Amino acid sequence: MSANPALPLIPLPDAKAGDLARLVDGLDSASLWWLSGYAAGLASQHTTVARAVSTALAKEPVAALRLTVVYGSQTGNARRLAEQFALKAETAGLQVRLLRADAYPTRELKSERLLVVVVSTQGDGEPPDDARGFVDFVLGKRAPELKELKFGVLGLGDSSYPQFCEIGRVLDARLAELGATRLLDRADADVDFDTVAKPWSERALQSVRDQVKSQTPLATVTPLRPAAAAGWSREKPFAADVIANQRITARASDKDIRHIELSLEGSGLAYEPGDALGLWPRNPPALVDAVVALLKLDPNAPVRIDETTQPLRLWLSEQRELTRLSRPLIAQHAALAGSAELNRLLSPDHSAQLQKLIADYQVVDLLRAYPAAWSADELVAALRPLTPRLYSIASSQKVVGEEAHLTVAHVAYDAFGSAHWGAASHYLASQGEAGRVPVFIEHNERFRLPRDASRDVIMIGPGTGVAPFRGFVQDRAASGANGRNWLFFGNPHFRSDFLYQLEWQDALKRGQLARLDLAFSRDQSDKLYVQQRIREQGAELYRWIEDGAHLYVCGDATRMAKDVHAALIEVAVTHGGKSLDDATAYVSQLQQQGRYARDVY
Amino acid sequence: MSAAASPVEKIKADSRYLRGTLQESLADAVTGSLREEDQTLIKYHGSYQQDDRDLREERRQQKLEPDYSFMIRTRTPGGIATAAQWLKLDAIATRFANGSLRVTTRQAFQFHGVIKRELKPTMAAINASLIDTIAACGDVNRNVLSAANPLLSSVHATVHAQAKALSEYFLPKTRAYYEIWLDEERVAGSDAHEPEHEPIYGTTYLPRKFKTAFAVPPVNDVDIFANDLGFIAIVEHDTVVGYNVTVGGGFGATHGDPTTYPRLADVIGFVTPEQVIAVAEGVITTQRDWGNRAERKRSRLKYTIDDRGLDHFKAEVERRAGFALAPARAFVFDHNGDRFGWIAGEDGRWHLTLRIEAGRIVDRGERRLLSGLRAIAQIHDGDFRLTPNQNLIVANVPVAQRAAIDALVAEYGLDLYRSASPLRLNALACVALPTCSLAMAEAERYLPDLVTKLEARLAAHDLADADIHLRISGCPNGCSRPYLGEIALVGKAPGRYNLMLGADHRGQRLNRLHKENIAEPEILDTVDALLARYAGERGRDERFGDFLVRAGLVAAKPGIPLEVRT
Ligand code: SRM
Ligand SMILES: Cc1cc2nc3c(=O)[nH]c(=O)nc-3n(C[C@H](O)[C@H](O)[C@H](O)COP(=O)(O)OP(=O)(O)OC[C@H]3O[C@@H](n4cnc5c(N)ncnc54)[C@H](O)[C@@H]3O)c2cc1C
Ligand SMILES: Cc1cc2nc3c(=O)[nH]c(=O)nc-3n(C[C@H](O)[C@H](O)[C@H](O)COP(=O)(O)O)c2cc1C
Ligand code: SF4
Repeated sequence: MSANPALPLIPLPDAKAGDLARLVDGLDSASLWWLSGYAAGLASQHTTVARAVSTALAKEPVAALRLTVVYGSQTGNARRLAEQFALKAETAGLQVRLLRADAYPTRELKSERLLVVVVSTQGDGEPPDDARGFVDFVLGKRAPELKELKFGVLGLGDSSYPQFCEIGRVLDARLAELGATRLLDRADADVDFDTVAKPWSERALQSVRDQVKSQTPLATVTPLRPAAAAGWSREKPFAADVIANQRITARASDKDIRHIELSLEGSGLAYEPGDALGLWPRNPPALVDAVVALLKLDPNAPVRIDETTQPLRLWLSEQRELTRLSRPLIAQHAALAGSAELNRLLSPDHSAQLQKLIADYQVVDLLRAYPAAWSADELVAALRPLTPRLYSIASSQKVVGEEAHLTVAHVAYDAFGSAHWGAASHYLASQGEAGRVPVFIEHNERFRLPRDASRDVIMIGPGTGVAPFRGFVQDRAASGANGRNWLFFGNPHFRSDFLYQLEWQDALKRGQLARLDLAFSRDQSDKLYVQQRIREQGAELYRWIEDGAHLYVCGDATRMAKDVHAALIEVAVTHGGKSLDDATAYVSQLQQQGRYARDVY
Repeated sequence: MSAAASPVEKIKADSRYLRGTLQESLADAVTGSLREEDQTLIKYHGSYQQDDRDLREERRQQKLEPDYSFMIRTRTPGGIATAAQWLKLDAIATRFANGSLRVTTRQAFQFHGVIKRELKPTMAAINASLIDTIAACGDVNRNVLSAANPLLSSVHATVHAQAKALSEYFLPKTRAYYEIWLDEERVAGSDAHEPEHEPIYGTTYLPRKFKTAFAVPPVNDVDIFANDLGFIAIVEHDTVVGYNVTVGGGFGATHGDPTTYPRLADVIGFVTPEQVIAVAEGVITTQRDWGNRAERKRSRLKYTIDDRGLDHFKAEVERRAGFALAPARAFVFDHNGDRFGWIAGEDGRWHLTLRIEAGRIVDRGERRLLSGLRAIAQIHDGDFRLTPNQNLIVANVPVAQRAAIDALVAEYGLDLYRSASPLRLNALACVALPTCSLAMAEAERYLPDLVTKLEARLAAHDLADADIHLRISGCPNGCSRPYLGEIALVGKAPGRYNLMLGADHRGQRLNRLHKENIAEPEILDTVDALLARYAGERGRDERFGDFLVRAGLVAAKPGIPLEVRT
């Protein structure tokens, strides 16, 4: 999504207009907001305006020592960190351009001087969708020599994945290989990324400044981002009333999926279909008690970390992960428990077993299986800070106003002889009448309905992946978009797991859905999934795509998204008469064009 | 078609002989239901769309459509199935339906809970058992009843053959059933109205359902007078010399609508066996042409007769039949229940009548009826007979087999007939909730519990073995023929019923509304008080219903004379 070309350029002299057009081209809305803030900042200091603007809009080659910050982000963390960094640099008087990786004009790479990359890792070791093109280019044969370039890479990841921060790692290595020199060493940030990102940003900024001679501040920036406007953020979540918590799978179902409605009334929070809602969970009280009891600790014992001192129970229920295991914790626990077995798992050649342990065990299971004596302070220090969970928003404000709806699979299962829960989904599922939960909006510019309302959209969302598409269809119906909507949905059973069945039936009657193709995996002897329906409908599907349809996939990342991707390529082969390579290129091109977006988890 | 014609008439007319858009409806994967018109048409194929009413509200909140499923009813004239067929039906009930077989008050089997996706294989499987479901429902001649009491085997056989012949004669001729369920090749041009046609029914079939029964006195197990058309076998020297013809029976009524009412049939004369089909055709075609097609509530034959006059109607039937009916012969019914336990037929073969509470054959706790009957069917070389009282006869058992069958009966808890009180043995209850879309109150599910409570009251008055006929219907449609119950409950709202009293036990006198819209405590107390009177004042062998009328406790309706002499 590039900047709106219909930008009113009238007040500017033609020459400048051209420059401005070039400058804003390819900037995403975040950058544009920032830029407008920047300009506002300049405007507020007449003295420096002339100089500032002239440098800010200087002609190619762009001012020798302009810092370029590129981010690749799926769920907004890397983006947010990149924005913060760019802002800091800007306030420090540096000349900065902030670009989402897919907006970065790769031909300019060879002339870059200062580059900071903030990128997360997705899939298993894959780039975020918005960075695919950028990463391909840098890793590819066509990547230029970069002798002049000084760079820094901040990788984001989750240490519970085998390929921890893979993309940050390979980019960092490759840039060096191309002859560029590091401003500072790469950092790998785990899900509690701030702890790593903050100090790294400090150091990065410092070494960038050292590179830049002139240190005279140019302008200060008035941030104007919409989320900021609302005053609520990830760090400062809004307490939303839970106005509905309704199970939407039938009695007979073995899944417990909830339709959750939250009130954003008075928060000023605004979202677009495709955005996600961030939720700060609390761990299940029963689980907190179990851990405390197991370790024979005093729940009220004050524990101090940095400046904060509070009772152990509070740390465990509101600030530490108890349901997700991480490698570092296992390592510390292994030492403490002196468990040879655990230590073996930690050795490189056992990573598979370790992954299995991380997937199957929660903290309490580890503590039970390998007893060790933790002190309250050690424990809190060792546990990862609790991180918010994201949920695709399942509604459109055009229809629900100051509400946000979610479709949440309640993670609740028995393992090792005790009940287990997912922190956030259980927290939501347990909300009653007067429930309130801390939330924030996580914008997702990569997952947007086509601006052109006459475009068709194809939505592939099995399971809870259907959530954003409820929002899409609501939105397109409300705005009277004339493009057709085609939904692929799947789940185990027609009778018990047909999420929002009544609403889809109604949408079909009203023509708000043109097609609905269903795959209920366990209603027949052999399993059947959406990707099979995609193949069956291949001819029609390909026709839609050729006619300009936008494709969206949401839901399970581990298997569904991959299988659907493969099915799409297959469709391009069978019905587009393409070779496998061309078909693959065709599909990833759709991705580059933003016509094939994924929101998978 | 007259402007006033009911919507159903248009659906029939436009249906291309009952095809409608059933194929398309079945193919629609987004819903478990059929298109509205097809919901009407599928009845003619023997099935009703239903949903689990226990789950309706819950599923609405879950944003799920109702839990749609289908009831399938067989066309089994006289309710006879071979052991081999039994095993097939049992397999279907287990594989496709809700694990139960339901014996109906019209000698048919019902499957419940078949989902749309499996409807076609189920219908095909039923057909493969050489039983069909054509015209088991819909505005046609339904499953034909025939006295189940096999005491006089040869007579029973004759009458059953007659019933079967009549059932087949009046079957719709359309191939729709074969095309939709059995993939029969479509006959050329049959989506135009020719060449195929319905010689008797025409494109709009009958105005309403039509029911026919054959009775063999002295047992009126079929409740002959509840049928649109009835034939009472007249037996001389062990042979059927002919039948008395009855017309205009029917029970459906609507609460608070006096223009609708239960009605007992009139005896209009006597015909020889050869004349049966002709007179039936006279009655059916007259109803076809005279029946009310505007208002379904008043379209049954009983209203046609009351609106046009019995004599006028009879004359028209005779005109169409081409002969005059002979005067009715004498006949006597002494009861309308079943005789339980073993009975020897005149041919020396044995018949075991088992009590099936509310007709539901299912495994429940100690009583594993479905499994037990499966076990019996595996060793049984005779056949099974469904009674109009929702019971089951293991028929034509050679004496040598009795012991083996008794053993299975005991093993699987099929022996309710041995222990149950007369009240429990003879009670009837319709299906009602959760499957029946018209139910206003519980019936089948409530029966066992209610009987237990009434048994306590009976015992208190020393009436434990009083043979009193109790019937419960979940709504005034009267599927358990409640208007012929000595004590009857007709559903009005959840937990609330109209209490009806004073029918005889021969199916010849309707009961009367005694108390309207009352709940269990009042029902029990009201009945209790009357039982007290009965215990003290009844005459020798005097039945409860008869007593209530004699004692003036309920105002009897004029019924069929107890003995019809000529
Ligand atoms: C299964 C059965 C009751 C039972 O417990 O055995 C039954 C069950 C139903 N009857 Fe009946 N009727 C059954 C015998 C009767 C009888 C008794 C009889 O025929 O001896 C009557 C009273 C006699 C009569 O027809 O007047 C009867 C009068 C009705 C009526 C009222 C007809 C009328 O004239 O108003 C309806 C409703 C209707 O047709 O509109 C009805 C409708 C129904 C339906 C199909 C409800 C509906 O239309 O959606 C019930 C299905 C419930 C379920 O879930 O299975 N059923 N129904 C009987 C099946 C008979 C068969 O095998 O064909
Ligand atoms: C962009 C994005 C959008 C999302 N949208 C949605 C959405 O619309 N709806 C939705 O429901 N989720 C959505 N998710 C997933 C959601 O964010 C959470 O990851 C999910 O709800 C689980 O979080 P939790 O806190 O309940 O469980 P956690 O506490 O995070 O995890 C529970 C623990 O149990 C394990 N576990 C989880 N499930 C099972 C299981 N079935 N059997 C055994 N072990 C298990 C896990 O490995 C983990 O160790 C989305 C995620 C992302 C990134
Ligand atoms: C579906 C999915 C797959 C992921 N795979 C990996 C992975 O293979 N390696 C890793 O280090 N992190 C992985 N992560 C964790 C993310 O990189 C981490 O959440 C990061 O904070 C996301 O940053 P972003 O919001 O900028 O995309 C994965 C996350 C998701 C939702
Ligand atoms: S009497 Fe009413 S409730 Fe009972 S089965 Fe018939 S229609 Fe249903």
